[in-house]
Amino acid sequence: MPRVNYEAPTSVDDAVKLLAGASGLAKVLSGGTDLLVQLRSGRVKPDLIVDTKRIPGIIGIREDGDFFVVGAATPGVMLSSHAGIEHAWPGIVEGADLIGSTQIQGRASLAGNLCNASPAADSVPAVIAARTIVVVAGPNGRREAPAESICTGPGRTSLAKGEFIVEFKIPKPKPHQCDAYLRFIPRTEMDIAVVGCGTNVTLDANGVCTDARVVLGAVAPTTVIVEDAAKALISHKLDEPTLAALDAAAQAACKPITDKRGTIEYRTKVAGVLARRTATIAFERAAAR
Amino acid sequence: MSKHHVTTTINGEPMEYLCEGQQTMLDVLRDELGLTGSKEGCSSGDCGACTIICDGNIVCSCLMLGVEAEGRTVTTIEGIAEGDKLHPVQQKFLEHAALQCGFCTPGLIVAAKALLDTTLNPTEEEARFWLAGNLCRCTGYDKILRAVMDAASVMRAEAGR
Repeated sequence: MPRVNYEAPTSVDDAVKLLAGASGLAKVLSGGTDLLVQLRSGRVKPDLIVDTKRIPGIIGIREDGDFFVVGAATPGVMLSSHAGIEHAWPGIVEGADLIGSTQIQGRASLAGNLCNASPAADSVPAVIAARTIVVVAGPNGRREAPAESICTGPGRTSLAKGEFIVEFKIPKPKPHQCDAYLRFIPRTEMDIAVVGCGTNVTLDANGVCTDARVVLGAVAPTTVIVEDAAKALISHKLDEPTLAALDAAAQAACKPITDKRGTIEYRTKVAGVLARRTATIAFERAAAR
Repeated sequence: MSKHHVTTTINGEPMEYLCEGQQTMLDVLRDELGLTGSKEGCSSGDCGACTIICDGNIVCSCLMLGVEAEGRTVTTIEGIAEGDKLHPVQQKFLEHAALQCGFCTPGLIVAAKALLDTTLNPTEEEARFWLAGNLCRCTGYDKILRAVMDAASVMRAEAGR
């Protein structure tokens, strides 16, 4: 591999200084499961790698009032073994847990998955569906941004030079609120989503939906929040007309490409199916709380 | 560009080495430390032939930088047996002939050992999912799964003794 400088700062401020002061391309290293592949293939040629994992708190999960706070470099294995998150947001854990193998789960992080900015990122739809806020550190201090504002296109993010994600603030669920994530792949493990769908719903005591977010992956240049799909659910119970309206709204939001994993028509159809299935699971889970 | 001085623990032994920023842990193990049991298959995290245990989690050493091992605890295939005594997973791989060319074997043994460190009662489905990141092009996996499940039963018996 080409030569590269490596730094492992032990504070957020030092990391920002390194990233902001780099003369060439600087890349943030969390789990490295995308970065090292890109480095080896020559797709990215950084002059500097800034390993954030020595920053206190950047690996780990804590509770802070109404939020779970997940450190940016927390590996998947820690997320899926955290009883609080697993119970609160099974859909977020389902998405993160689908990324790669056991070996990848030992390293891959939410921040890496989000900032790699693949439209097929498995952890992202459910994270966005939960209205997660990311805390970004940069030369001008810290700012908070909705998770959906980070990825702007395949491989591109809204992060400015010197900025990196420090942590994810995931709101705790309200009463009768829960989520689900499903993806479709042609095999049973170790593949990239043809379509992914994260659905998060809040119900009233009668099982009527009062709030919803339906988020699709791999059907457009970025993850898509399907407003019309949420509208199809809100004020309704999950009956067949509601599911049909949800299905149609999800399909209408798709702007996919045809590639080796699926055609435009196939992806669009599957998006509707996964919206139905995730909504059904999320409704069942929400009603059971 | 100066080299990084890394102090770490590998297979229970304190270890120091010099490496460059872009060198992977796999490069360091094989080229700097002479620990050639970990294999380079795909170099992209798909095949698992380079699997090691780092601070309790299995990782692909091709997707980890050597410099990241600073202060960590690493176990490679060379650290799985206790002296001349094979680990039950190794013994059962031999008895079940769970290998043919052998290239995937170190990674599979390290991954299976880590599975049995977390549970001695895996279902076959759990074992298959756990090992989904280890590709074998010879065996068809059946003998591997039999070896892992048999090793689990041996370890359960040993633990109950």
